[in-house]
Order: sequence, then structure tokens, then C-alpha cells
Amino acid sequence: MSDPLLEIRDLKVSFRTDDGVVRAVDGVSATLNEGETLGIVGESGSGKSVTMMSVMRLIIDPNAQFEGQVLYKGTDLMTLPQDQIRSIRGAGISMIFQDPMTSLNPVYKVGWQIEEQIREHEKVSRQAARDRAIELLTAVGIPNAQERADAYPHQFSGGMRQRVMIAMAVSCNPDVLIADEPTTALDVTIQAQILNLIKKLKEDFGTAVVLITHDMGVVADMADRIAVMYAGRIIEQGTQRELFYDPQHPYTWGLLGSIARLDRPRPRRLAAIPGLPPSLLRLPAGCAFGERCGHRFDRCDERPVLLDRLGDGHLDACHLSAQQKHDVRDQTIHPELVEEKP
Amino acid sequence: MLTFIVRRTLWTVVVMFVITVLVFFIFFKTPGVDPARAIAGRSPTPQVLAEVRAQLGLNRPLWIQYGLMMKRIFITRNLVSYSDQGQLVVPEIFAAAPATLSLVFGAAVIWIVMAIVMGVAAARLRGKIYDPILMVLALIGISAPVFWLGQVINLITQGSLHNSVFSWVPPLGYTPFSTSPLQWFEGLIFPWITLSILYIGFYARVLRANLLEIQSEDYVRTARAKGLSEGRVLVRHTLRTSMITFVSLFGLDFGALVGGGAILTEVVFGIHGVGFLTYEALQNLDLPTIMAVVIYGAFFIVLANALVDIAYAWLDPRVRPT
Repeated sequence: MSDPLLEIRDLKVSFRTDDGVVRAVDGVSATLNEGETLGIVGESGSGKSVTMMSVMRLIIDPNAQFEGQVLYKGTDLMTLPQDQIRSIRGAGISMIFQDPMTSLNPVYKVGWQIEEQIREHEKVSRQAARDRAIELLTAVGIPNAQERADAYPHQFSGGMRQRVMIAMAVSCNPDVLIADEPTTALDVTIQAQILNLIKKLKEDFGTAVVLITHDMGVVADMADRIAVMYAGRIIEQGTQRELFYDPQHPYTWGLLGSIARLDRPRPRRLAAIPGLPPSLLRLPAGCAFGERCGHRFDRCDERPVLLDRLGDGHLDACHLSAQQKHDVRDQTIHPELVEEKP
Repeated sequence: MLTFIVRRTLWTVVVMFVITVLVFFIFFKTPGVDPARAIAGRSPTPQVLAEVRAQLGLNRPLWIQYGLMMKRIFITRNLVSYSDQGQLVVPEIFAAAPATLSLVFGAAVIWIVMAIVMGVAAARLRGKIYDPILMVLALIGISAPVFWLGQVINLITQGSLHNSVFSWVPPLGYTPFSTSPLQWFEGLIFPWITLSILYIGFYARVLRANLLEIQSEDYVRTARAKGLSEGRVLVRHTLRTSMITFVSLFGLDFGALVGGGAILTEVVFGIHGVGFLTYEALQNLDLPTIMAVVIYGAFFIVLANALVDIAYAWLDPRVRPT
């Protein structure tokens, strides 16, 4: 197999604060191949956004410290000088953000904002850039693109703004599109449309996608491979099929268990993982999920490493043996089903 | 947009009307204030008082008095000063206006340029020692009173160093541009600096705070993610948006200064502008002049407000009427 398009090697990001050092990302490694969709799942504060923002070198906090490598087509982005990282941002790797309401500059016409990016990366005439912007707006499903290109962001709905963001992100045919919770701020009905749009663009342009989300439902539909993050680390990583049908880590079980399902008997209340994630200021020495895990045992005081424990490329960071996991998994994910059995 | 401008202008007229009414009442109908007594001189006889009243129309109904006063200010322009009977007030103000305009325009150029340079520098150098140094300098600028600063500058440029470094500085006063552009410039350079220092400090601090706030906006992150250069992100995205605050502040301050707010600078540097006129009128309790100056000042403030609103709509499409 050829080299991956994007490879994150042992990335560590920490922020110095008044209370101490916050380890937001603690040794994350991941790869993204051409045309692939990688889903990164985790709850708020698990480091998924910080990881991808670091890849783009978009964290400009002077208190942030970075370690590790991010290889994009073989070059390490972490050590690249500013002007070179700029030529990759928006052209090689582009990003769309969580809140489309605030991600576009309110004082410029949306068409202009797309043109600005095109003209930054390619030597084209203003007219050519404008034509392309209109073409892109049409492609992402903005009706009347010719006219709407001259409208301001506040004249668009949230979903339409996210479409504009997507049009902007793909305007220079990037190899990688990082979508940071692209649907979180949107209505459920719009969510599906935006996800379908990303999927379609991915097929049309062959763009690899990194989809950051806290919604297992979203990655189920979109991702080829999934990495689950918890407290700044990846705790399980595998293909979409492996993650959903053979999840290995109790945290993943918890996430799967908290999906409301229509094809199962209705539980008395929605399942939730008890407790809260640990403070990133004082991470426990052992398994970060230990305190919330129902299957904790002695070894969990020792930090589990992300390993290929099954020998099939499916990685997880849990000390339980494969057999133990198999035995307790179903009742952890669906306790209500187990209880109902006589 | 056009309807908005028209509507805004009409409002300006209404506001101006209300201001003239208020000013008229404050100056001429406040209990204890008797213009006739002020004009008639010391211990006048009742006959003289009555005569003066009749002459000024003070025995007529209120609204006619108001109308007469406004007629004298705006139409016939023959309102006379109390303290200097022959002096027509309105032409006097118009004669004083160029000095004030020269002073304020020049100072405004300096303060805009300097405030942007300092504000941007401080925001860019945040976390380094230069940022607090710049901000302390700005604070000193805000805190230094104009009358003190002006006097110190005068002491240096007109006194101790006048025979050496500052021999080119002309004596205090204002030389019209039409008389000698060079003297106009030389005479105004220190008044400009004195007047602008307060505003440089204030605007630099406001701009810095505003830039830092906008820097953490999502759309600035988007601009970076697009691959734009730091310079372009700053000018086109951060600075451009912060101009909304900057311009609205500027319009108000500028209007107030043109309307006579530069009084201290004018007095200290002997510039016979509108502020100086006010100063003299206040000393003599010259009601017609004070009133005319207040109305003149109010006019500029209201005008500046209207322009700010229009500029605001131009700068920020979100408030633009559709």
C-alpha cells in the first residue's frame, strides 16, 4: 500500500495555564489514506478538535506546546515555516467548522469570501474566481447562486451558511477536508443534507475526509475508519464495521449504548455513561476511563496502550482479555435487553 | 440605502429643531436670567429695561420670541453680542470656524494614523513586553491634561528652546492657510500633537481591545484556514471589522471637537477658533454668542451622528436596511 496522505505521529498538545499544564492531546497517532473518510469520535474536551486544529497549525495560543509529527505527503507540517503551511491550508488541507453562523466574516459577500481563497492559492483573474465561486455555490446546492453570491452571510440560514463553508473549503480541490462537527449546530433535518453533501463531494472530488463528531450516528453513516478519543488519547481505532459490530473498549460500548435506537424496545430512560471525563490537568496514572468503567480491575491502574490486541489491525486500549470483553460487552451496551430476559 | 439616508437626514432636522428649542429655553427662559437686564447696563431704570425688552422682542409671546431668535441666527444673521454691542455673532463664528477646522482635521489625521499603528502593534505584540509599554504610554496620553501638556509644550517651544531647536515655531496664534501655508502648518503642528495625544491613547487602547476580541472570532480562524497571510487576515478581516467600532467613536469625537470641543487647546495655543470664542463669551456671560456656539456645536454633533449611522450601515451589512 502506498504512503498515507496524512499521518499523525504521536502528536501531543498541551496548554500552560495558571492551574498547571493541560494535556489536551496526549500522544495521538492516526493515518488518513487517499479518498478515505476517517471519523474521530469523542465527547467535548476529548481533544478531537485540538488534534485537527494542530494539524492545520491553527492554534496560535502562545501557551500551547506541540510535540510529534504530522506528515502530509511526506512533509512534516509541524516544522514547516509559516508561508509554506499557508500554501497548504485551504489548498491541500481545508477545514470546515462547527458553527456556520460565526465562521463566515459578516462584512463580506459570500461570493467574495470564496473568491478570496481561490485567488490566494491560484493565479486566476477575478472574473474566473467569481465564475468558479458561483459554480461551487451551485454545486453545494445554493439556489440562484449567481445572485446569492452577492448576499451577505446574515442573509443565509445556518444550513445554507454551512453549504457556503463547504463550497469554500473545496474551492481549491483539497486532498483532505477536515470537518469539525459540521452538523452540530444545525437542525436534524439539515444535518442529513449536509452530510450527504459532504459524501457527494467526497465522491466527486476524491477528497479524503476527517470527520470530527461526538455523534456515533454520524460516523456510522460516513466513516470508513473510526478513531474513538477519550481524554486526549485514542482508545480504540478500527474500521467502521469493527467499531460497530465488534467494539473492544468499554468507553466505545458506552457511546454505542447511548445511541437512541428505533429498532429496539424503548428503554425507560436513555442510557448514559456515568460520571464525567477526568480533568486534563490531573490525568490518572492508569486508564483515563477507569473511574467511569464498570469492568475496572487491578491492572487498570497501569495505563493501557493502544495495541492491536486482536491481531487484525483493530486497535484498542483496554486491559480486559478478548474473551472477557466478549462476555461483558452486550450487557454493557444494552443492559435493558439483558434485564428483560427471564 | 437611499431611503435610509433620507430618513436619517430628516431625523437630523427634527433633532436640530428640538435642540434649538431646548437651548433657547435654557438660555432665555431660565428663571433668574433676564437678558434685558444683562444688556441694559448697570442699575438700569425701569424705563430703560422696558425699552430694551421691546427692542429685543422680549415682551412678545414665547413662540414669537423663539422665532425671532432663530430668524436672527439662521436667516438675517444679525444677532448681536451682549458684551460687544457692534459684534454680529454668526459671522464671528463663521470667521472662527476655519481655525477650529484646521486644528481638528490635522489632529484627527495624526490620531487615526497613530492610534491604528499603536493599537495594531500592541495587539500583534501581545504577550511581549512591548504591548504593556505601548498601553502604559497610551494611558499616560489619556491622563495628561491638555492645558498642562499644552503649557509645557509652549514653555519648551516658545521659551527655553525657542532660540535653538524650535526657532522655526511661530508665535502663538493661528495663521490662515491662505495667508501662508507654511506658517499655517508650523503654527498648528504642536496644537495638533497636543490635541491628538489624548485621542491617540484612547483609540489605541480601544482598538487593541477590539482587535484581540475579534482575533478569537470564528471567522478569523476561517480566514487563517483559508491560507491567507497574517497581514491579510489582519487588514481584511480583523481590522476591517474593528473599524465598525472605531469609526463610530471617531465620528462622535470629531463632531464634538469641530463644534467647539477643542476649547482647551485653542485657548492654550491662542488659536481664535470656535472654542476660543466660547471661552471669551463664557467669561463675559455673552448669552447670544454662547447660544449660537452651542447651536453651532450641536449642529456638528448631530451631523456627525448622522454620518456615523450612515458609515455604520456602509461598514456593517448586518445593520444595512434592505
